[in-house]
Amino acid sequence: MSEHKGVWVFSEKYDLTLEMLRKGREIADKLQTKLTAVFAGHNIKEKAGELIKYGVDKVYLIDNPALERFQAEAYLSVLHNLAANYKPEILLIGSTKNGKSLAARLATRLGTGCVPDCAGLGVNEEGRLIGERITYGGNAVAKVTFRSKPQIATIPARAFEKLEPEDRKGEVIELDVQIEGPKTEVVEIKPLETASVNIEEADVIISCGRGLEKKEDKALLEELAKIVNGHVGNSRPLAEDRKWFTEWVGLSGHKVKPTLYIACGISGVIQHVAGIRDSKTIVAINNDPEAPIFEVADYGVVGDLYEILPALTEALRKQLH
Amino acid sequence: MKRIIVCLKQAVDVSQLKVDPATRRLITASAPKKISDFDKNALEEAVRIREKIGEAEVYTLTVSHEDAKAVLREALAIGADKAYFVNDPSFQDVDTSGTAYVLAEAIKKIGEFDLVLCGEASLDSFSGLVGSRLAELLNLPLIASVRRLTVEDNTVVAERTLEDAYETVKAKMPALITVTREINQPRIPSLMMIMKASKKAIVTWTATDLNIQQKKIGAKIEVVEVLAPKTERKKIMITGENSAEIAEKLAKALIQEGVVGR
Ligand SMILES: Cc1cc2nc3c(=O)[nH]c(=O)nc-3n(C[C@H](O)[C@H](O)[C@H](O)COP(=O)(O)OP(=O)(O)OC[C@H]3O[C@@H](n4cnc5c(N)ncnc54)[C@H](O)[C@@H]3O)c2cc1C
Ligand SMILES: Nc1ncnc2c1ncn2[C@@H]1O[C@H](COP(=O)(O)O)[C@@H](O)[C@H]1O
Repeated sequence: MSEHKGVWVFSEKYDLTLEMLRKGREIADKLQTKLTAVFAGHNIKEKAGELIKYGVDKVYLIDNPALERFQAEAYLSVLHNLAANYKPEILLIGSTKNGKSLAARLATRLGTGCVPDCAGLGVNEEGRLIGERITYGGNAVAKVTFRSKPQIATIPARAFEKLEPEDRKGEVIELDVQIEGPKTEVVEIKPLETASVNIEEADVIISCGRGLEKKEDKALLEELAKIVNGHVGNSRPLAEDRKWFTEWVGLSGHKVKPTLYIACGISGVIQHVAGIRDSKTIVAINNDPEAPIFEVADYGVVGDLYEILPALTEALRKQLH
Repeated sequence: MKRIIVCLKQAVDVSQLKVDPATRRLITASAPKKISDFDKNALEEAVRIREKIGEAEVYTLTVSHEDAKAVLREALAIGADKAYFVNDPSFQDVDTSGTAYVLAEAIKKIGEFDLVLCGEASLDSFSGLVGSRLAELLNLPLIASVRRLTVEDNTVVAERTLEDAYETVKAKMPALITVTREINQPRIPSLMMIMKASKKAIVTWTATDLNIQQKKIGAKIEVVEVLAPKTERKKIMITGENSAEIAEKLAKALIQEGVVGR
């Protein structure tokens, strides 16, 4: 076990890599070991050096046409080859859907444990990694540690902020590894219409749930959003059942941490609440006085969102100007 | 004839979990259990495939250290032809690595199959690892997070939901698919279906029946603590004569908090 050394970071998403590097740096310093980024793709040599500015000691660069786009078996074989050879102690992998599946498969190949979606991360007195993740549908936070190495944790987007780039010393090591052929074939990619602004970064979010009767009524929220410079969000059923939108806030969607979150016509089921828990102030507008959302709100209004929202927009318009 | 194996977890019904306010511990022992939501979608999809292609067998497979008969009966009522139940007290502390290993051994014992369907993640642990781990152990093509699925001859075509795109992927069968809740609306079994299900077989295996090596089910991770998050919300209810008055008060409170007009 003790032969395992160093903290590694990998994500197929560049921004997520940079975010993980902050945490990776912190852990590597605590363990007095090196921080390595595994950087794979095609025609990426120029970008590899940039990673050093974000806290990396070493970049393992694998530049190969087979890595042009994310392909599970290709990326898996690269990581497996490197990890089996160089034996990292800790491996942080970006928790995109592809990244998480990759982490699970890599952990299986290496015969080790994996803790997914760690929004918090640290090391204990014995130097073992401890991950914090939401569990039981948002009812609890679990602290989990490892009994095997490498310790593989996946990290969701925007859990950590990236470091400011600075001039540092580090090395880029280009490696040639055996790449496995694909077991599946991608036939089409349809980009999703995602919001132009990331909801995770919004300072004010006004969300609607099934209390909203028509898609067009979202305009009521948009009116308020204009006044408070906010962003409009929604609960999952509006995306999944009604197909009005493609994204949602909550455990299985976007986890947000705005200064102000206004939930309109949202009941406050645990999976939704799990995504808004880090908001500074939560306001609930719901016509059912028994709605559980009031239990997790700072300010609650029992009323019809179709009356309260326009009135609130008007009141804020007056009081803010 | 096609055979589809659906991995079905008996999960804690998280919407009915209670928390001990003094310790912030969850009261899981007495919490009701149910078929993990995504797995119900996986089962529904398997039954729909059978209905579409006319002839296929749908088997469910559950690993648990405790009784799960009620859940297995429900799966049979929804339309599974046969349920496999791997039940052994030694599975008490298995993690995703051990679960996937036991599932893989059970699937090897079942023998031939064309598709293995899993949920994208389970309702209670929500780890989303077991399907991918299982694909690796069985050396199968994997298509994860699937919202639409079609089976043609010996290929599957599936549409995946990624963060920023829908991706259509093709694979040769046998293959492993993990499904999202978007894929379908699971049926609610009728009384007829429930009655018919009582005649269907539940095959029960122990760890010994599968030659499970205890060493291989040892947990590779260790849960140190599980606590309900602290919620310190103000819970102030704003009331008034009419909407305008309520809105004025709310607006004032938000401005005082400094959370608007920044
Ligand atoms: C594994 C899993 C993951 C999930 N992940 C998520 C997730 O990430 N995000 C998410 O949102 N959900 C998620 N869900 C779904 C979640 O369980 C709930 O079903 C969902 O959050 C409910 O959405 P809602 O509050 O909009 O609808 P409902 O629960 O139907 O609530 C609607 C509310 O609107 C109120 N209302 C109706 N009319 C009005 C009106 N005119 N004015 C004011 N109030 C009104 C009602 O009183 C009611 O409280 C998940 C579920 C599972 C099983
Ligand atoms: N004990 C189990 N028995 C059968 N299937 C399981 C079990 N645990 C997990 N699975 C399958 O693996 C999927 C993902 O589970 P998880 O990795 O725990 O989120 C579930 O949706 C099930 O299809």
